[in-house]
Amino acid sequence: MSETQNLTLVQAVRDALYTEMQLDEEVIVLGQDVGKNGGVFRATEGLFEEFGGDRVVDTPLAESGIVGCAVGMAAMGMRPVPEIQFSGFMYPSYDQIVSHMARFRARSRGRFTLPMTLRAPYGGGIRAPEHHSESKEAFYVHEAGLKVVMPSTPYDTKGLLISAIRDPDPVIFLEPKLIYRAFRGEVPEEDYTVPIGEAVTRREGEDVTVFTYGAMARPTLEAAESLTEEGIDAEVVDLRTVSPLDREAIVDAFKRTGRAVVVHEAPKTGGLAGEITAIIQEEALLYQEAPVTRVTGFDVPYPLYALEDYYLPSVTRIEEGIREAVEF
Amino acid sequence: MGLGLFGYEPEGATVNVFERPYDDPVRVLDEHGAVVGDVPDLEESDLLAVYRYMRIARHFDGRAVSLQRQGRMGTYPPLSGQEAAQVGSAYALGADDWIVPSYREHAAALVRGIPLTQTLLYWMGHEDGNRAPEDVNVLPVAVPIASQVPHAMGAAWASKLRDEDAVVCCYFGDGATSEGDFHEGVNFAGVFDTPNVFFCNNNQWAISVPRERQTRSETLAQKAEAYGIDGVQVDGMDPLAVYAVTKAAVEKARDPDPDRPRPTLIEAVQYRFGAHTTADDPTVYRDDDEVETWRRKDPIPRLESYLRTEGILDDGRVASIESDVEAQVAAAIDEAESMVRPEPRELFEHAYAALPTELERQFEALEALREKHGDAAFLEE
Repeated sequence: MSETQNLTLVQAVRDALYTEMQLDEEVIVLGQDVGKNGGVFRATEGLFEEFGGDRVVDTPLAESGIVGCAVGMAAMGMRPVPEIQFSGFMYPSYDQIVSHMARFRARSRGRFTLPMTLRAPYGGGIRAPEHHSESKEAFYVHEAGLKVVMPSTPYDTKGLLISAIRDPDPVIFLEPKLIYRAFRGEVPEEDYTVPIGEAVTRREGEDVTVFTYGAMARPTLEAAESLTEEGIDAEVVDLRTVSPLDREAIVDAFKRTGRAVVVHEAPKTGGLAGEITAIIQEEALLYQEAPVTRVTGFDVPYPLYALEDYYLPSVTRIEEGIREAVEF
Repeated sequence: MGLGLFGYEPEGATVNVFERPYDDPVRVLDEHGAVVGDVPDLEESDLLAVYRYMRIARHFDGRAVSLQRQGRMGTYPPLSGQEAAQVGSAYALGADDWIVPSYREHAAALVRGIPLTQTLLYWMGHEDGNRAPEDVNVLPVAVPIASQVPHAMGAAWASKLRDEDAVVCCYFGDGATSEGDFHEGVNFAGVFDTPNVFFCNNNQWAISVPRERQTRSETLAQKAEAYGIDGVQVDGMDPLAVYAVTKAAVEKARDPDPDRPRPTLIEAVQYRFGAHTTADDPTVYRDDDEVETWRRKDPIPRLESYLRTEGILDDGRVASIESDVEAQVAAAIDEAESMVRPEPRELFEHAYAALPTELERQFEALEALREKHGDAAFLEE
């Protein structure tokens, strides 16, 4: 039996980086404040001391530069893990992400591949300043050539991040900062992987299937538990990877109940809930007992924090969404 | 101590701060407040105003950090140490000029007419904190680094295209000079010869990354050279030097000299005494010795000492300013804290000129839930 440690989600990020950097000297971490400071969320704490400034690199303040140079390194076969401090600051690197990171393999007909993993904390609920709380995974899901991972537990975080680093293709790894330190979980000390592209059922249920991912997994589970008092038995599926979606798992889980709710903190229009609904329409129309309910952020700019609790799906809103699907 | 050109220019000559080595910062007062350069032509009331603004900024900063510590405010970026750069520059602008700030320019914003209450509300997470009063020429705080630099150029270009007089002063930090937007904005300003002052608050640290790791260039001022505009370094902890340099840059932008570019890049060399934000712990990445060295350059005692020497300040006036400042900041905090949480409707307001039907529907759904479950259901942890 492997030894385990009781880690928070952000410690699991650090543990995955540490593990892979020990195993493969081509893995390097670069970004703003990732070195001496150990990352603004301490996701790279101690790595600079352990692996030195050539492998844990404080860069100038330039997101496009960080991602662009990682593209170049990865094209040469290294495995860079660039960090952007908050996902809301990824936009200067957007051109690098969509024009190059996503397409290098296809454009070079496989001559060049980009085994790089772009990490960024995402999401709201921490009373952060402007531009520090957005959930814009849909931008990257829409771009072919990228994989997009959004874990919700320490165990999955380590396993998925190791998978991402070893993946021959570029991965955007969005970390739910709301739950960076919210709870701990058992994480094996050894290296292990959790496969990219596989959803997991967090709670079995008979009446309705609730799809979610990232930071929304916990309030969704809480809502599902509390609804047992009303006799509603909700299944909760944690997608874990939002691109590629685990189509088979979505369809199978939906067919068991015929009712679905999708919960995400990203805005409603153009969000993942629309895609999941379309998959259900395409594959399981005849099983459908109710319209798919979307419990999401609103289609407005993410507010300053005084109003963010109204913006984010709360347990109450999720419960209401589940009731709506069940009572239809 | 190298005297700047200010010290050598004969009386009445056109002082040209733009023709000096990039690494020779303009100085007026030394660390002890002794005059080492040409004192700009400021009335006693102006000198007192500059002093007073700096005192407000320092006191406000301390109160804001403790509000955050007490859970009464969100993350806040302190400015202590940077008062001279902000106040000296903002004070040099004309009434119709604009500032385009980053997120640490609380003092510059105050000088330009943003009430302290407004700044507090912004960091307390109220949407209204971002709305400048109609007659105040300040664009909203820009959090994404350097993203405001092209805006400042565009705003100045609008002024030029309309034959208006407004000069636009853009604030950003040393880290911002590594971003593409900085280079694109300054390059445009050079090409279109816009009335811009690009004011770089080089406070030595971009969170944990020291100035020398942002660029191999010896100075930030010299980056102006690449874009064909003027670049000048100033002691950013000397309020009179900052005022003089900014004033010269503003005048040149407004009334261009045919032989000189209108835009100027000013590198104000200074230090942030505190953390990057209240979420940052600077002891992880910098030494106390370094902080102490810079604290000795503190702009406030420096100006105070000069004003005492000039007979403009004495113990009595300092004490009276002190108590005024404390009362003014306390009143702003009371006012900000008395504001109730904004209505959820504010989420939807101003997203568009006219709210689209779908958004109206989303708002109604939220209201129906509030009706059914009460606000407590949303405000849960």
